[in-house]
Amino acid sequence: MIYDWLYNLTGSPILSMFVVSLLPLFAFILPFALFAVLAERKVSAHMQDRLGPMRVGYHGILQTIADIIKLIQKEDLVPTAVDKKLFNFAPLLVFAGSYAAFAAIPFSSIFIGSQIQLGIIYIVAVTGLVVAGILMAGWASNNKYSLLGAMRSAAQIISYEIPTLLIILTIIMITGTLSLYTLSELQTSFFWNWMIFGGPAEGLQKFLYLPLMLVGCLVIYISTLAEVNRTPFDIPEAESELVSGYHTEYSGMKFAMFFLAEYANMFAVSAIVAIIFFGGYQSPFGYLGNTLGLDWLVPIEQFFWFTAKGLFFVFVQMWLRWTLPRFRVDQLMAFCWKYLIPISFVILLLAGLISLI
Amino acid sequence: MALKTEEMVLNMGPQHPSTHGVLRLELKLDGEIISDVIPHIGYLHRCFEKHSEAMTYPQIIPYTDRMDYLASMYNEFGYALAMERLMGIEVPERVEYIRVIMGELQRIASHLVALGTYGADIGAFTPFLFCFRDRERILHLFEITCGARLLYNYIWIGGVSHDLHPDFIRLTKEFIKDFKPNLKELNDLLSYNAIFIERTANVGVLPVDTAINYGVTGPNLRASGMKWDLRKDDPYSVYNKFDYEIPVGSGEKGKTGDCWDRYFIRVREMEESLKIIEQAIDQIPDGDVSSAIPKRIKPPEGQIYTRVENPRGELGYFIMSNGSLNPARVKVRAPSFVTMQVFPDLCKGWMVADVVAILGSIDIVLGEIDR
Amino acid sequence: MRDYFLKFWEGLFTILIGMKVTFRHIFVPAVTIQYPSVKPQLPERERNRLYVNMDDCIGCDQCSRACPVSCIDIETVKSIPGEDLGKTSNGKKKALWVTKFDIDFAKCCYCELCVPPCPTDCIYMTDVYEFSEFERDSLLYDFVTLTQEEKEIKKKNFEEFQVKKEAEKAAAAKKAAEEKAAAQKEKPEIKHDKPTDDKKEID
Repeated sequence: MIYDWLYNLTGSPILSMFVVSLLPLFAFILPFALFAVLAERKVSAHMQDRLGPMRVGYHGILQTIADIIKLIQKEDLVPTAVDKKLFNFAPLLVFAGSYAAFAAIPFSSIFIGSQIQLGIIYIVAVTGLVVAGILMAGWASNNKYSLLGAMRSAAQIISYEIPTLLIILTIIMITGTLSLYTLSELQTSFFWNWMIFGGPAEGLQKFLYLPLMLVGCLVIYISTLAEVNRTPFDIPEAESELVSGYHTEYSGMKFAMFFLAEYANMFAVSAIVAIIFFGGYQSPFGYLGNTLGLDWLVPIEQFFWFTAKGLFFVFVQMWLRWTLPRFRVDQLMAFCWKYLIPISFVILLLAGLISLI
Repeated sequence: MALKTEEMVLNMGPQHPSTHGVLRLELKLDGEIISDVIPHIGYLHRCFEKHSEAMTYPQIIPYTDRMDYLASMYNEFGYALAMERLMGIEVPERVEYIRVIMGELQRIASHLVALGTYGADIGAFTPFLFCFRDRERILHLFEITCGARLLYNYIWIGGVSHDLHPDFIRLTKEFIKDFKPNLKELNDLLSYNAIFIERTANVGVLPVDTAINYGVTGPNLRASGMKWDLRKDDPYSVYNKFDYEIPVGSGEKGKTGDCWDRYFIRVREMEESLKIIEQAIDQIPDGDVSSAIPKRIKPPEGQIYTRVENPRGELGYFIMSNGSLNPARVKVRAPSFVTMQVFPDLCKGWMVADVVAILGSIDIVLGEIDR
Repeated sequence: MRDYFLKFWEGLFTILIGMKVTFRHIFVPAVTIQYPSVKPQLPERERNRLYVNMDDCIGCDQCSRACPVSCIDIETVKSIPGEDLGKTSNGKKKALWVTKFDIDFAKCCYCELCVPPCPTDCIYMTDVYEFSEFERDSLLYDFVTLTQEEKEIKKKNFEEFQVKKEAEKAAAAKKAAEEKAAAQKEKPEIKHDKPTDDKKEID
């Protein structure tokens, strides 16, 4: 969509391609990462009865910029005994895996990176690159504990992809489409058309879908939380046994890449939950642009609604982080395999049966 | 063909975020399961006992503070009690009541640190800050009374150094009123949280007979099911004038004597301490607090062993005097030192992540272990 | 089977209760203060840096003896009779010049054991806590108000006085011995078989 618009404007495919591929990155992700780091610190501070960063800028607004400047000017330590090629490549892979997922996410009805028909499967596949990056980081660090941390993280991500995929499969089965754009378009008009309230089905089917959708939303939210290594599943990050897990040996800009990739990932999974269950960029009740007759206002409103939903889920992720203690590794795996996967299978089965009605 | 496995040695070094102080733990691992733990102590040894032989009796009090620095009032209390029994001094009743109030406030402060840091070790960062916010109020109460927040030099031989501040009783009542809902909040947030219970229930069970054989006392022993508290079983000062319960672990969320029991018993002990403080504030008589402090402290020849109930267990002082101004020998029986002995037994068979959970639940302070 | 669902439900429920607590706390005002711009109000009995009012110090050395870490170092010089050092604020007459009163704040443990023994209440704890230095030697505070020359003068005075006193004492003793010898000479001593008696006059 936006590609067509730019092509009409400039007439050159290369330039429009260039702008389209960079647009989500610079117009959205980097400002979001800047905002999210500060928001996490401020939200955690207010939950703990304190104030958070207050010195840099008004009430600490410029804190992230100070952090980035600090990370950029740090010495880039590469220990001698590491595997240099893998060591240097791992952060790039993690970064790329997280950011590439944004290509297929519809920010509004015209602002989509690419109109790929495989939408959701592409996103899940590309976020799988993160596992490879983490394993590379852990192995190349030449550090017993980093390796252990990386292997645990890899096991965690791979196990929790299964419930995610199963729920996504359920949605695909119900709606019959893989593309996220079509999925969002299906949930138009008022909020009771959102998938969480049963989707654009009619009558009895909708009521039968409702409990399944609620439980399914919970399951996918929890499993995507585990995919981005947030508490309560943050074994790889926090004091995993003794040290800081797979990114112990990294300093400076490479560490910043891991860091930013985590926040981008957080938004990506919140966006997926929002699109699949909560209507993507659709507003809960009509568009101001439609009532006023201004057509160009509608995509801007949609962008606003999408960002609001995504930010709300990011806020819930932060809220969970500062409330809950951490799981032990075996309990984490037990939770996934013994609770989430059976429940996801049951949901898949029941949804399939109901869709035949 | 059996796989040849080697035992791996992992070192949780002296500097570590989860060990409470400078403690070195050598873990012998078989895969993920621990086969042996060897604690190495002594990084904080400051020769308290030998150094006391060179100082006069009142000068030892600032040094007793610094042993268990999270419960300084109790260290001073034990020492002052031992010296008073040795010299046969009778302190005024107001002094006894003040000492009990300070001791119980100190018990609440020490347990708040224990619970907060335990939550932080397990991964819940918010209860840590809530506990410390409440502890700040207690430290403020101490600050208006004697001027210091952590190392008080307040309980002297024969009395206390300053009388209660005029605002103390009012502020304490306000604190008690504000603290009760905060305790309930702590329970909601941490104690009954399903993930926390998963991490701590049934982990590191300490059977009662093992505890008694090793000499473990205090909340750790009570969590294993034995009702033994020096305040009721060997009363000192005016503890027999108050009405309070001794909480005992009952395996509510797992086995009796697991980490959750040891954690929760501290929460219940804080509630009981609040009761004692309320009653003491109501009953406190008027009087002079420094009338019994002797000018020169020169005890008669002899020796004495006195024990008090520290927030961590039985704190014992053995003082031997040869009639001069300096003691001949001061020996301290530190409860954390004795509890540390049972730690390797508790950890065998558990995973590395559980070591942190178990270490936090037995609540040791390295200052006391090493003196 | 029932346990399975109960566990799941219980887990979810307790997590939601915890989340409610944290959410409520977002709206509670902060309990912290922004330190360098806002400083806390310290209570009156606060124990921070010591201060010595040298006008009141009588040089009795009680504080130095009470200190458990020996951070107070006092040296005094006796005053010669006839010198008036003034009175302390509670009426005591001073008799010693204090030539050295060093407190090493790197050693001080802020225990307040030096404050009660002081008979004139000249040493007390203030509420100053921001006195960090870059060099450790700068933490050795010197409270004496006499200048170096004055100290030398006082010492010299005292030494001269000592010498004078010694000389007077020696002269008085010599005079007493001479008088005694003169008194003995008048009295005829018959017994001369104890020559060792003469040795007494020599010193």
